[in-house]
Amino acid sequence: MGVAGLIFSNIHNSSIPELTGIRTMASVPFGCRYRLVDFPLSNMVNSGIHKIGIITHNNYQSLMDHIGTGKDWDLARRSGGIKLLPPFITTYENSNGGRLYTSRLEALMGVSNFISRCDEDYIVLSDCDVICTIDLSDVIRQHMENEADLTIVTHRVSESGADIAPRSKVITADENGRITEVSSYVEGEAIGEISTNIMVVSRMFLLNAISDAGAHGYTDFYRDIVASRAAKNRFYRYLYDGIYIQVTSLESYFRNSMRLLEPNVRNGLFRADRPIYTKLRNSAPTRYTGEANVVNSYVADGCVIEGTVENSILFRGVRVGKGTTVKNSILLQDTFTGTNVTLNCVITDKNVVIRDGRMLSGHETMPFFIPKGSMV
Amino acid sequence: MFRKKECVAMLLAGGQGSRLYALTEKTAKPAVPYGGKYRIIDFPLSNCVNSGIDTVGVLTQYQPLVLNDYIGNGLPWDLDRAFGGVKILPPYQGKKGADWYRGTANAIYQNMEFIDRYDPEYVLILSGDHIYKMDYAKMLEHHKKMGADCTIAVIDVPLKEASRFGIMSADEEGRIFKFSEKPKNPDSTKASMGIYIFSKEVLFRYLTADAADPASTNDFGKNIIPAMLAAGERMYAYPFVGYWKDVGTISSLWEANMDLLGETPELSLNDEEWRIYSRHDAHSPQFVGPDAVIENSSITEGCEIYGTVRNSVLGAGVCVLEGAVVSDSVIMDDVVIGEGSRIQYSILDTGVRVGRDCRIGLDRKKEKGITVIATGLKLPTCCEIGDGEMISTLDDIKERERI
Repeated sequence: MGVAGLIFSNIHNSSIPELTGIRTMASVPFGCRYRLVDFPLSNMVNSGIHKIGIITHNNYQSLMDHIGTGKDWDLARRSGGIKLLPPFITTYENSNGGRLYTSRLEALMGVSNFISRCDEDYIVLSDCDVICTIDLSDVIRQHMENEADLTIVTHRVSESGADIAPRSKVITADENGRITEVSSYVEGEAIGEISTNIMVVSRMFLLNAISDAGAHGYTDFYRDIVASRAAKNRFYRYLYDGIYIQVTSLESYFRNSMRLLEPNVRNGLFRADRPIYTKLRNSAPTRYTGEANVVNSYVADGCVIEGTVENSILFRGVRVGKGTTVKNSILLQDTFTGTNVTLNCVITDKNVVIRDGRMLSGHETMPFFIPKGSMV
Repeated sequence: MFRKKECVAMLLAGGQGSRLYALTEKTAKPAVPYGGKYRIIDFPLSNCVNSGIDTVGVLTQYQPLVLNDYIGNGLPWDLDRAFGGVKILPPYQGKKGADWYRGTANAIYQNMEFIDRYDPEYVLILSGDHIYKMDYAKMLEHHKKMGADCTIAVIDVPLKEASRFGIMSADEEGRIFKFSEKPKNPDSTKASMGIYIFSKEVLFRYLTADAADPASTNDFGKNIIPAMLAAGERMYAYPFVGYWKDVGTISSLWEANMDLLGETPELSLNDEEWRIYSRHDAHSPQFVGPDAVIENSSITEGCEIYGTVRNSVLGAGVCVLEGAVVSDSVIMDDVVIGEGSRIQYSILDTGVRVGRDCRIGLDRKKEKGITVIATGLKLPTCCEIGDGEMISTLDDIKERERI
């Protein structure tokens, strides 16, 4: 028995266009020092999965730069390890594979070579817009006990305040956990369990499904594979009840980043027994000067703080100048603020420079976003 | 397969560092933590890599476990190379018997075979005792330009401190004509930094002669350098200007940590041009709590600060709980400081657990020295430890009544 992993790096790119204009969803920075892909990758590595393919679509340079050889996740391996799977497009226009995939199922068809060349019995699939710390080996164990073809990890959501992506699937299961129905989430409706898009699938089943899809021109994984075969095949759900964050818009990204300031969210995501790995940057520790005044904030290494920081998230290499006040803001890597700057409800992308005396403010419901490399 | 290298570095990392007392009971000195996320050996190793020297032999002997683990395959320093890289060289058993490294020169002598595999023209000798950033490539250039047999890096020290060092006297051109180890009346302020570049042939000749001399203590400073000087070899001083600190004692280690603080720290580790690399675990970011106060301090990933931290250097994963006050101290990785405890002028080694309402080094008399708590100790609630005390086991603690 072996398990391989597959990560979809671009699905949901459209939900945060501000941050994904220049990068994949997988490489969106989150939580001071991470990129979203670090969560599914670390979940897999911490669950003993050491062969992982990352399916890319477009603008994946930042992702390649982040992943490198995979050594920061202990995935620089001679056998297995990490593989980036860019889209496969043939030179001949009218043949199959002449265009970029547009759905999850088509993406899987595009990497059928990777899947068929694996000798693992199971494949774990995961997206990158979902942030959680989950023991996948428990999901796999349950999948095996159920002799399932497919096990979908679900999360119970209450109506109020939940971030649910527009095309999310609502999963209905019987008392044994066997999936009976898959429906699309309709905004405003009371719902129970939605799919996290994390799933364990038996490799042979997946290969059959892919070849069927090719033959019949199927395009939708949930409709054409899960829903239409639920009666015939053994599909189960696995209910995950830990900390679960889904980012569905810039506002949701902002609100969910701020949730890291709550101890239960922080401790649920960053567990000592399941560390989240990321690309190391060799930053020095963060230096606070005598005038620094920092409260209730989450701070990465490599910062120099000479001003006031409240309820904020600071990524690596951020500088907060003298007399500057940063409140309720998210400052991405290497953001530089001069002296006497005031920021409130602001998200700065990487390498933003805010010059002396500038005063910028958004609102919790509409954070003010400053694109990568801008100078204000 | 071994590619030829112009210069191979040999890093002497076997020293016990006995003046660091409790800190080096279980760890070799080069593996002693420094600056929150570094160890002393990161400095010579990073200097090597940044200077383009990619083949480094690390000679270990005393308590090598932590050091071996730390160096591993050399990945953090980019020294996991197919050709060269970092190699750990412990003492070994040979055909004629086994021997410990009997001195710095003997350690190199026993590893001449290692050096020869890379067929280098030059050998750089380093130690794992100092915190500094230095471009060895410039020193090597100087060595070549002078046509030297041996080049010794020197730094200007205040005259009154000169008697603590090996002092070089050199002429205008920098050629050394006199060397005196810890002289009572120093006639120069050029102190040896313990960094040597030798032309390989000359080095091997002197090492072999030294090994054959039963009266020798097999030490570079005491034997090799004086012998070369006496024979009139071309020995040059290479002047170094910049931050350089011997961290061989508790107080100097404490001071070197404090040098990282301030508005313009004496030693900056944020230097993009000259990065110091280190091996570290995956920690989450540092969390600064709602009532925390942090002033003039250096804090590393994984810390959780709910109390007050002033003028201190904290390693990774340190937790300062509510009401605790840490000031003028060096706190190494994974230390937990309990509610209401106060810590001053102290060094707490890795994994120390301080219970609630403890008082450590609180007499505010820095002259009495730095209080040191050895790795992994669990200090009970309300325990009181005076200035300058050295706590290696729990028996060293005098329980006092509740404050």
